Amino acid sequence: MSIILWLFVTVAAYEFGRWLRARTHSPLAQPVAVAIVGTLLAVSGTSYDDYADATTLISFLLGPATVALAIPLYHQVARLKGMVVPVLVSLTAGALVSMVSGILLVRWLGGSDVLERTMAPKAVTTPVTIELTDRLGGYPELSAAFAIVIGIVGAMVAPRVLTQLRIRDPRARGIAVGAVSHGIGTARMLEESRVEGAFSGLAMGLTAVVTCLMVPLVAYFLL
Amino acid sequence: MIVGLLWLLGCQLAGTAIVELTGIPLPGPVVGMLLLFVVLVLRRRDGEDDPVIQVGDYFLSHLQLFFIPAGVGVIAYLAVIRDAAVPIVVALLGSWFLGLATVGWVLNLFLRRVPSVAGTEGAPGEEIE
Repeated sequence: MSIILWLFVTVAAYEFGRWLRARTHSPLAQPVAVAIVGTLLAVSGTSYDDYADATTLISFLLGPATVALAIPLYHQVARLKGMVVPVLVSLTAGALVSMVSGILLVRWLGGSDVLERTMAPKAVTTPVTIELTDRLGGYPELSAAFAIVIGIVGAMVAPRVLTQLRIRDPRARGIAVGAVSHGIGTARMLEESRVEGAFSGLAMGLTAVVTCLMVPLVAYFLL
Repeated sequence: MIVGLLWLLGCQLAGTAIVELTGIPLPGPVVGMLLLFVVLVLRRRDGEDDPVIQVGDYFLSHLQLFFIPAGVGVIAYLAVIRDAAVPIVVALLGSWFLGLATVGWVLNLFLRRVPSVAGTEGAPGEEIE
């Protein structure tokens, strides 16, 4: 009974989040954020372990969905023509800066070692963040929340911040947002223009791969 | 439908097996993603009726649903968030900004010399959540 109840609550909360986004068009109304808040309200009183057990059917699908990220990458890869090196260099630099500064800021401000490990891989698409944090020994569920929050922050302010930084090339704008705010930022860049959205999606996929490769290096030197 | 699902699960299985056998420090599903990418490039069949693309696009359009259970797990960490609110907020926003600026500036330096590729305007993007 409780399995079907929590599956129903979770899917229903997600559908409500989708309805809310269709009505408001606000970057704050991310279906996942709305659904998490809604589910939290419903779950209160149940232990998280019971809820997590009941919803393994949903979380299991993260794996095949991560594999499916190859599809947008495949569709967009032709756009890389003539800019493979700049894109890979910038994404590698961005992933390193994002991880190292995340770790060091937590350390300087007195956060724990586990928190450093949770903060490090939060810029990549949420399913990969969860996997990487698990490997690093952080808190996977907390890193998922970090990733979602930083996606929403990106969707809300990234276009304005990029303009302030005098980054005007639509390709650079899209890639920069995809590199730090993954799918939620990508959805926002698609509203700016198709070029920005496409490059953002491309950067999101490549950043996941680059970050996975950089994590052992960063962990070796810093963690 | 089932054929597409088999491709996704097969790539994930192969990716996980490769990680277990070789010990390379990548998550199994990410290796699976790279394998599927290679498969797609080798097949060069990108019709909309391709079962892998149909099933995969459907999965991606509801990607957010799949990490709700993990997100709800944040409830177990409310004490951590309360005790470390300052490091969490500053590190989240600070590293986000530094990452964004790094990628943008490095690309700005390079892209002045690379003109917009013909065909980048107006090609359809895809929505991923």
